[in-house]
Amino acid sequence: MAELLQFTFSGLTVGAVYALVALGFTLIYNASDVINFSQGEFVMLGGMVTVFLALGGVPLPLAALLAIATATLVGLALHRFAIETARGANAVTLIMITIGASIFLRGVAQVVFDKRYHSLPPLFGDDPIRFGGAAILPQSLVVFAGAVVILVLLWGFIDRTLFGKAVLATAANKLAARLVGIDTRRTVGFSFAVSAAIGAIAGFLITPITLTSYNIGTLLALKGFAAAMLGGIGSAFGAVIGGLLLGILEAFAAGYLSSQYKDAVAFIVILVVLLARPQGLFGRAKVERV
Amino acid sequence: MLSIENLRSGYGRIEALHGVSVQVHAGEIVALLGANGAGKTTLLRAISGVQPASAGEIRFEDKRIDRMPAHRRVALGIAQVPEGRQLFTPLSVEDNLRLGAWTRRASDIAADLARVFAMFPMLDALRHTAAGALSGGQQQMLAIGRALMAKPRLMLLDEPSMGLAPILVDQILTTIGELKRSGMTILLVEQNAHAALAIADRGYVIATGRISAGATAADLLADPRIKSGYLGA
Ligand SMILES: Nc1ncnc2c1ncn2[C@@H]1O[C@H](COP(=O)(O)OP(=O)(O)OP(=O)(O)O)[C@@H](O)[C@H]1O
Ligand SMILES: [Mg+2]
Repeated sequence: MAELLQFTFSGLTVGAVYALVALGFTLIYNASDVINFSQGEFVMLGGMVTVFLALGGVPLPLAALLAIATATLVGLALHRFAIETARGANAVTLIMITIGASIFLRGVAQVVFDKRYHSLPPLFGDDPIRFGGAAILPQSLVVFAGAVVILVLLWGFIDRTLFGKAVLATAANKLAARLVGIDTRRTVGFSFAVSAAIGAIAGFLITPITLTSYNIGTLLALKGFAAAMLGGIGSAFGAVIGGLLLGILEAFAAGYLSSQYKDAVAFIVILVVLLARPQGLFGRAKVERV
Repeated sequence: MLSIENLRSGYGRIEALHGVSVQVHAGEIVALLGANGAGKTTLLRAISGVQPASAGEIRFEDKRIDRMPAHRRVALGIAQVPEGRQLFTPLSVEDNLRLGAWTRRASDIAADLARVFAMFPMLDALRHTAAGALSGGQQQMLAIGRALMAKPRLMLLDEPSMGLAPILVDQILTTIGELKRSGMTILLVEQNAHAALAIADRGYVIATGRISAGATAADLLADPRIKSGYLGA
């Protein structure tokens, strides 16, 4: 029982990060139909930029803010120089572009930073909290709280402001959005920026638990994608649930089978979803596109 | 007010408009008639800027707009009720209308919202309903209302009566007539030539990407080709 609880807790912690990555996928996909396989690099940048600024003597909170800013700029640049320039290209070309961007960012990170693994000090220390025989790291709660705050802020912004509605409108019908005078380059660019910022926040929140390095992005992008597929590509709610579920599945596979199987879970999820339920748990059966 | 000269436009390498010239004067209703696939929608898309023009000129109030991005054309005063309505289906009726006023300052929008609801009272009762849940007629009214929220001086309407019951068609045409009386300029695409010419001042016939006739509504109504309902050439 304690074991089950333990696996669930660690699954939910990693799952919260997958959920944020999947949410980033969803934001960009809804706004632009692009499946952004460089989503994981935003998480990498969030962790690595914070680590290296902190090593250089920048106070942690400021380092984290600068990491968000860096990732946001990279997200905007990705939209402006890679996606916008290839406007009208087919889905496969766009996916190749994002994979290319991901390889490029990893290469740059390897040169600018290094190839080692790094950590950050946890916000509230290392002493685990005991609960029902399981131990929770305080940082796990920080990750979870961070994810909840992001979700609430994002939901509030999208649902309560006219600009948020314009982002939704762009996602719902880009032609109509242009016809009412929305500059869709701005709303789509905004989606890239927010998605990058969310990734970066996930990146420095999780670093104290899972460590970070220049190459963590690839696997994270894959897992975020698996989570988004599981929840139903295009559904923000699905992305969050899919992320948490994937995290728990991984933790169970690692705990009850062998930690070797952990990373295979995401591939299996992708395969099973593709074969059994392509629209995912909460996706619409057929996405209406104009 | 709107002056189009030798406009060419197409989809990829396939040209759909082969040098179209059309004039719309301030305060007019101009009908654009033509068979399926003639290029009516392509022309309206090019005017709104959601479709690139490969050659020719579009002027709006003497300003060249053919290279201007779509959103700036809306800000200049050109709104469109597109073919197939193209509503923001997951968003509420009210949100659709508010987004129609996207290019305007926020201060005077409440009054226009009230005006649109007064014009289409059934939308008022449905203001919190998702646009996708409305009936066809209600959706068409919402599409018109959304375009009105931009306070356009030129309104482009692409087959606003398509798929509607005859009584709703009449209501839409009456509404368009009222808009004209309020001073708006209108370019109206219709397959139902008689209905369109009944409210229009002038009309053009477009056939396979070329203007094949342009005259006053009365002259066009007397034209044997239109009388026989044949708009192919
Ligand atoms: N998205 C598109 N891609 C390629 N060709 C297109 C596209 N849309 C329209 N066309 C072609 O361009 C030409 C003009 O089409 P358009 O939609 O402007 O005609 P229309 O007069 O509006 O017809 P309808 O009365 O059916 O609405 C047609 O030959 C059509 O096949
Ligand atoms: Mg058409």
